[in-house]
Amino acid sequence: MAEMDTSSSGGHKKGPGVKKGKKLSTRIDLTPMVDLGFLLITFFIYTTTMSKPKTMEINMPFKDEKLKVDTTKIKASTALTILLSKNHRIYYYEGLGDDPTVPPDVKVTTFKNPGGIRTEIMAKQKKVNELRRTGQLTDKDQTAILIKPDSTSSYSDLVNILDEMSINDVRVYAIVDISPVDQDFILKTEQANGGK
Amino acid sequence: MPQVKLPRKSTNIDMTAMCDVAFLLLTFFMLATKFKPEEPVVVKTPSSISDVILPDVDVMLITIDPKGRVFFSIDNKIMRKQLIESIDKDKNLGLTATEKTSFALGASTGVPFSQIKSYLSAPTDQQKMLEARAPGVPTDTAVLAPDNELSAWVSAARQTNPKLRICIKADGDASYPVINKVIKTLEGWKVFKFNLITSLKGVPSGTAAYAMQHPNEKK
Repeated sequence: MAEMDTSSSGGHKKGPGVKKGKKLSTRIDLTPMVDLGFLLITFFIYTTTMSKPKTMEINMPFKDEKLKVDTTKIKASTALTILLSKNHRIYYYEGLGDDPTVPPDVKVTTFKNPGGIRTEIMAKQKKVNELRRTGQLTDKDQTAILIKPDSTSSYSDLVNILDEMSINDVRVYAIVDISPVDQDFILKTEQANGGK
Repeated sequence: MPQVKLPRKSTNIDMTAMCDVAFLLLTFFMLATKFKPEEPVVVKTPSSISDVILPDVDVMLITIDPKGRVFFSIDNKIMRKQLIESIDKDKNLGLTATEKTSFALGASTGVPFSQIKSYLSAPTDQQKMLEARAPGVPTDTAVLAPDNELSAWVSAARQTNPKLRICIKADGDASYPVINKVIKTLEGWKVFKFNLITSLKGVPSGTAAYAMQHPNEKK
């Protein structure tokens, strides 16, 4: 392709004394062009955004002022409340924590794995399954997780905990506003742990 | 003994074919490349196992940077033009046609209504500088609060294009109260379903999600 037929050098004969021009090869060295081509390819490969951003779909509970129907109550035995706090710390307790006479046993953990919140969620799921098997809960009851991020938590905590929901296949969960009672729990647990 | 003489071959290779391949690939990459849309701020999204792909069109993007500034954008130029016109009418901003065009061509908004005129009338290179110092779109947990400007943007954008999917792209270090404000604003407009933009991470083994992805694997 890069060569041209140069064998036939015109039909007419040059007269004597006329110098014949030196025939130059038309063969071009394409190596630099290939180099350039690959250089540009490399550039485009690097700049290409092949992987599109992924998203996580989230559904918030439907709220309407006109709708005064009491929201479906979840049973305390299926519930696990998770409080997100500062420094990616997680406080959690079983049940809904709505009974002031029986303060829940608030424990603290992290997103670290194993031994973090995932282990706790799995333990809770196992417990609920056990209760279902023994007939204390109906088949309709599922592990329900209430997520309450406090004002010191960050967005990554929220995404991480929502991710844990999909990792552990928790079907029933909701992001709820933190109550003053829950903030008190965090404070008390912090103090119990030596003000950390 | 007669020696077998090997014919000496030229070491010159014809580069033409290689050149063809190189440029073919180059053409492919040039056509396939979609440059990243200009972003007002650098946002490092947290990762999740979710692999739902972000749609290409009809996207309303609410970006939140680590400092908690909120930026608002929608994707289509024509829609942006309609949006700024309706916002201009609603809020009596008194924008000129050039300023409106500047909005339609720009990437996103991160200034309150009081500053939007001066922001849009600035030349493009200056706009970038202004954007870096922009205070962000003011938000509030109450959707109808007078200073909840994000609410006005969301409402106007949904009127211009009802098909908009709402995506939140927030930095992992953004604090929860800001996210809460944005979510509450969306809830106020009866948006209960939206997308959070995350980067992808692998599903950890030994979990329910892993078992669902690999149904044939034995435990």
